[in-house]
Order: sequence, then structure tokens, then C-alpha cells
Amino acid sequence: MENSDAARTSRRNALLGVNLLRLITLLTALPVIGVIVYIIVRGAPALSWEFISAMPREGMRAGGILPAIMGTFYLTLGTAVFSVPLGVAAGIYIAEYAPDNRATRLVRIAIINLAGIPSVVYGLFGLGLFVLFLKFGTSILAASLTLSIMTLPVIISTTEEALRQVPNAFRVVSTSLGATRWQTIKRITLPQALPGVITGVILGLERAAGETAPIMFTGAAFFLPLLPQSPLDATMALPYHIFVISTSVPGMPVEIQYGTVLVLLIFVLGMNVIATLIRNRARARRQW
Amino acid sequence: METAKGERWITWIIKISGYSSILFVSLILFFLAREGFPALGEVPLKDLFGARWYPIEGYFGIWPLIFGSVLVTVGALLIGIPFGIGTAVYLSELAPAWIKNILKPIIEILAGLPSVVLGFLGIQLAAPFFRQFLNLPTGLTAFTGAVLLGFIAIPTIVSISEDALNTVPSTYRHGALALGANHWQTIWGVTVPAARSGLLTAVMLGVGRSIGETMAVMMVTGNAPVLPRSLNALFLPARTMTATIASEMGEVATGSTHYHVLFFIGIVLFGISLAVNLTASSLALRSRKRAERLLS
Amino acid sequence: MSAKISVQNLTLMYSDGVESLQNVSIDIIANAVNVLFGPAGGGKSTLLRALNRLNDLADVDTAQGKIVFNEQNILDPATDVIELRRKVGMVFSRPAPLPLSVYENVIYGLRLMGERNKSLLDERVEQSLRQAVLWDEVYDRLNDPGTSLSGGQQQRLCIARVLALEPEVIMLDEPTSALDPVSTAKIEGMLATLKERLTIILVPHNVQQAARTADYAGFFLQGRLVEYAPGKELFLKPREKETQDYVTGRFG
Repeated sequence: MENSDAARTSRRNALLGVNLLRLITLLTALPVIGVIVYIIVRGAPALSWEFISAMPREGMRAGGILPAIMGTFYLTLGTAVFSVPLGVAAGIYIAEYAPDNRATRLVRIAIINLAGIPSVVYGLFGLGLFVLFLKFGTSILAASLTLSIMTLPVIISTTEEALRQVPNAFRVVSTSLGATRWQTIKRITLPQALPGVITGVILGLERAAGETAPIMFTGAAFFLPLLPQSPLDATMALPYHIFVISTSVPGMPVEIQYGTVLVLLIFVLGMNVIATLIRNRARARRQW
Repeated sequence: METAKGERWITWIIKISGYSSILFVSLILFFLAREGFPALGEVPLKDLFGARWYPIEGYFGIWPLIFGSVLVTVGALLIGIPFGIGTAVYLSELAPAWIKNILKPIIEILAGLPSVVLGFLGIQLAAPFFRQFLNLPTGLTAFTGAVLLGFIAIPTIVSISEDALNTVPSTYRHGALALGANHWQTIWGVTVPAARSGLLTAVMLGVGRSIGETMAVMMVTGNAPVLPRSLNALFLPARTMTATIASEMGEVATGSTHYHVLFFIGIVLFGISLAVNLTASSLALRSRKRAERLLS
Repeated sequence: MSAKISVQNLTLMYSDGVESLQNVSIDIIANAVNVLFGPAGGGKSTLLRALNRLNDLADVDTAQGKIVFNEQNILDPATDVIELRRKVGMVFSRPAPLPLSVYENVIYGLRLMGERNKSLLDERVEQSLRQAVLWDEVYDRLNDPGTSLSGGQQQRLCIARVLALEPEVIMLDEPTSALDPVSTAKIEGMLATLKERLTIILVPHNVQQAARTADYAGFFLQGRLVEYAPGKELFLKPREKETQDYVTGRFG
């Protein structure tokens, strides 16, 4: 090939372009790693048995963050109780039952819509429906229900996706051997899709665990001297606690702030790691 | 038959669950309207879309808030689009497998970071840094919010863009390479244009993500609901619709005008997210149909 | 010679309006190997899937006609399709073990019926695997995944799985197209034994297989049944020119 000027220029541009892309990617990834490492370094000194097992003292400036940890645990559990059965069933409906018609398209649009609604709007909705109209008050129940509806689209779409990955041949074979639709789902399709479903469920709950805006007016409390005694009690929660101590408590030791952030990250990213492990393990074992 | 009877039950449950999403969207709309529409009776429309938000004295003009949301969203896109799409292109077209294996989890971690954590980092790190670096009176500005939002939007943009790029048939790339195009020319001349509607979907969803983001923006934008006087506005405090709801709802009396107006803002946000997401999904549908046509 | 299944003036359409079968009438003869052959896209598989209503899963509509099995029109919406599919079993062209153990694959259909009796299940597994000429190869691997078997073994497992339901009819849709000659021979040999007890419908994967196995043969071309006759007759002196061209390889 001719080693003309034009060729040389285009080769130089190509090299420049590729390096630019490398740089952009690096600038996206590095801050993430940097920030995670920084939080670990700054937060780790605050971590102790007391920090995660004791009640706050001195206006939350000392002591532990047990009520916030327990609160986030309860809220995540409450969200799971409502959203997992409903979301998985809805995913099954869309992947295995729904005919290709207008009603199904409407369901899809509704799911897309649910997925896009801002989290603070979920907070308003939860306040209007659960706290005020149904009179649950500012409570774990109201907050969990709000988070459940917010989490639903994630669980529905990952369930659907996981079911669709199961080869259709299994459904045809199972049907040909006299299985009803539900028998095929129960014995073949759902078990095969289960790792994908679980992964989706965990990712959805991970998001719910880290949310602040939806629980601000539905269940989260600034400070409570006691752990919640029933689902109708309000609760402290890690994300809201972080918001509180980083904006509204003067003289808050920075160490405690980083420590609290680190605990939330361990909670949330830990779920992420578990989800990834389940997915990878299932991929390695899959027979199809 | 015994199985059939049990099955009718389960089939009903599944079907009802399937349709539940429609119920929830309707409920959300209903309760937003129930608490939000009274605002229209209490505040004249002219004032509601006025230029001043000062609820204590009865000024409920939501323009400054809409403006604040648009400002930080545009700022976020200026960061999110080049970085998000650039990273996606690198991941899908250039990166060797081992780099992908490192990068993808990093993007997933970014996607998984709670927005309150990003807000916290904004207060602790980004705001002081920008204040010094840009020599501003305060670091809590629309700009800081936009940078954080950019990072919040990046994972969405990366993953949807990457999917879009991956559905471009490899015959396209091979064809271009065989004609003597180099890697770079193939990417910009063939692959990216072929994936454009998917990339547009990614950007739309990034917009949706940014405009609805609450905590991070509320914590770092300085909470000043004012209309801009100059281009400088980006480097001054601002206030988005989401932040206004989040920071004021806790203090209003249930049933007051202020309360109703905050729900009205919720309706506006609902409308925007509906429009953005429906556009994105129709774009996605079109690009999927295109891909199917190409591959069949 | 008696008809096990009688297809009468059957016309099937895809939901987009394309005709898949046009006015097909054919009697499937009991205790014989009924071979349906012809070029791809001729409607053979669609017909098989009509016989046990598997077309219910796809976008296929019946335009007209009847399929009579045990004195009932199985296209009648009131038909118990589950019962029908147990009586009219199906083996697919690509071996498709379910993601279960060998043992569970064989008794899958029985489990669906709610059968729990362990000794009956054990017995049925051995019996079915023996009929499918697979027992000697897998009796010590019953708990291994079905997919761990070789291709030929997998296909025989799929046959055993159908036999475990003790069907009246077994349909095989190009069952050897993915297999080596040795496995193919085993399956063809098995069919000769099986037909003493049940009715076999086979879509062969080439004309040679059709000629080797057919007691009765029907030639399908573009959704029409061109000719249907006892196997020897059809292959040695076909009545129709289209049939002759195809079996002698002078086709298209």
C-alpha cells in the first residue's frame, strides 16, 4: 500500500482516537476505584463491635449505629416479602403466559413506566396511599410497601429475561409428554431460570436497601431511642442516617460519617457480590 | 381432574400479578392527582408557573425548580454522554477480555452506589475540590450536582449503549475492515452509526435517570431556587424539583397549599419520566426491529 | 390393516394466512411403521404436531378437516390434550433430554401424572430403557444428567421417555438426523420390534431411510399428500410422476 500523507494522517488519527477512548474509560473507572478505596481507608478506623452493635449516644456523635443497621435490614426484608412473590409471578406471566396482544403491551408500558418514575415520586405516592389514606402512619410497613412497588419492575424484568433464556425445546418436550403449562414452569423452566431470578431479586433489593428518598416521608426517622417493636413503628435506616449526619448534625465526627457509609457499602455491595457469585456459578453448571 | 383444579388457582394468581403493574401505575397517578390537583385551585396558574419559589410567603412559582432540574440534567449529559458512550465503545469494540473483566464490575459498582453515598462524597470531596479549583464562593453548586449526576447516569448509558453496539452484526465490521478501513474508521464510520438508535435510547434513559435523581443533587447543589441571570448559573447554587420535594415535604402541614404544590411537582416529574421512558422504549423497539431485519 | 388415526380433509394455516397443509387425508395404519417423507417445508412436521395438538403452542390454526383417533375428533376444543399427548408420544429431531437425570427423564411423564410408587417407577425405567435398547449402556449411570450421554444415547433416552407412558402411537420427527450410522441402525432396528405393540409414525431424514423402514409411506410436497401406499409399492412402482422423480433423486 502507498505510504501517502493521507494514509499516514488517518493512521495517526486512528491511534489518537483509540487512545482518547482509553483515556475516557480510565477517567470513568479510576474515580470509582479511588472513591471505594478512600471510603474503606477513612471508614475502617470507625468500625468496631460497638459501632455496629450499640445505640447512638451524645446526639448520634458517638456510640453505634445499630438502629440504622437493623432498620435497613427490616426494610429490605419487608420489601422482599411483598415484591419477590409478586414480581416473580408477574415475570412468569409475561414470559410464559401473556399473549401478544394489546393488553400485554399495556402491561409492558406500565412496567417501563414504573421503572422510570423518580424515587422521590414513589415517596410522595407512599405518603399519599400507605401513610395517609390507609393510615399505616410513618412506619416500616408503609416504607416497605413503597420500596416494593419501586423494586417490582427490576424483579419482573430480570425474571422475564431469565425465563426467556431457557431453551424453548424444553417447553415443547415437556408439553409433548403431557405437562400442563404450570407443570412445565414448576418442574423445568423456573428451576432452570432460578439463578437468574435470584440474581435479579438481589439486585432489586440492593437498590431498595440503598434508597433514601422513598422512605423519607414514609418510614424513616431522624433518631429513635429504641429499636422498632412492630411493622407499624418508624425506623432509622442507613441511607437516611447518612443523609442526616452529613447535612443536619453540626459537629458530627467525620470518622463516624465515613464509618456509616462504609457499613452501607458493605451491605449493598455485599449483596451485589453474592448476586454475581450465584450468576457465575449457575453459568458454569448450566447444561444448555 | 385434581391437578387442573389446583392449576386454575395458580394461573389466576399469576395472571393477576402480571396485570398488577397497571394497577400500581394507576394508583400512583391517582394519589398524585388526589393530593396534587388541589394546588391548581389554590394557586393561580400564572403564579404556579411564576418565577419565584418562596413558599413561606406564599410564592409557589415552579419555574426556578424546573430550570434547576434542566440545568443539572444538561450538565450531567455533557459529562455522561461522552464518558458513557466512550466507555461503551471502548468496552465493546476495543477492550481485550481481561480489561473487560475488570471494567464491567467497576461499572456495576458505580451503578450500585446508593445516591446518598454519592451525595456524601459530593459534600466531603467534590464540593471542596471544585470550590478551590474553580475559585468559587461555595462548592455546593449546580456544577457539582451535574458532575455527580453525570457519574450516576454513566452506568445506565454504558450498559444500554454496549448492548446496542453488540447487536451490530459483525459482518458490518468485517466488511469495513476488508475494504481497508482501520479500526477507528470502522468504529465511527460503521459501528456507531449502525447502533445510533440504541445509543439514543441510552441517552434518553440517562436523561430519565438524571432528572429523577434526588439525594445526591439535593445534598450538593446548595438549595437555592432561583432563576438564572447569566450563563454563570452553572457555577451557582441551584435547586431541582426532586430536591425541593425531598427537602420540604418533611416540614409542610398535610393538606396545606404548600403540600399540594409539592405533589403537583410530583405530577410534573411523573409526566416527564413517562414521556422520556416511552420515547426511549419506542426507540429501543425500533432499533430491535431494525436489527431483526438486518439479521434475517 | 386398520386405521389407528384417520386424518380427513385437513387444512392447516399459519396465523399469517399461509397454508401449511392443504386438504390432506391419510389413514395411519395400526401396528406398522407409517413413513411420511418429502422435501423440507412439505408439511410433515406440522402434521405430526397436529396429531398430538402440539401446534397449540405455535401460531397454527385449523382451517378445516378432522383428525379421528379412538373414535374422537381430537381437533375438538373439548379434547383432553394432556391425555392425548400421553397416548400419542413424540420424539424430536434433535435429542432434547430435559435438564434432569437419566432416571428422572424417563419417568418425567409419570411424575406429571402424580405417580409416586417407587417400585413401579423403577420397574418402568428399566422396562422403557430396555425397549429403547439403552439399558445395558446406562443402568449404572441413572443418576447422571441426561445431557452427559452421547448424542445417540440421548435420542434413545428420549424414545424411552415416551415409551414409559405406554403410548398407543409414537411419532418420530427425523429422529436420526443428528446421529451417526451405528446409532441410526439401532433406532431403526428398535422400530421394527416396537411396531408389534404400538403404531409408529416416522418422518425419515432421507429417502433411503424411508425405503428401509416403511410399511406404509406417504409422499408430501408443498403441503399436499401426493401419494400414499404400502411401502414396497410406493418405492418400487410409484403412481405419480412427482413421487417417482423424488425417490429416484431426479427431483428439483
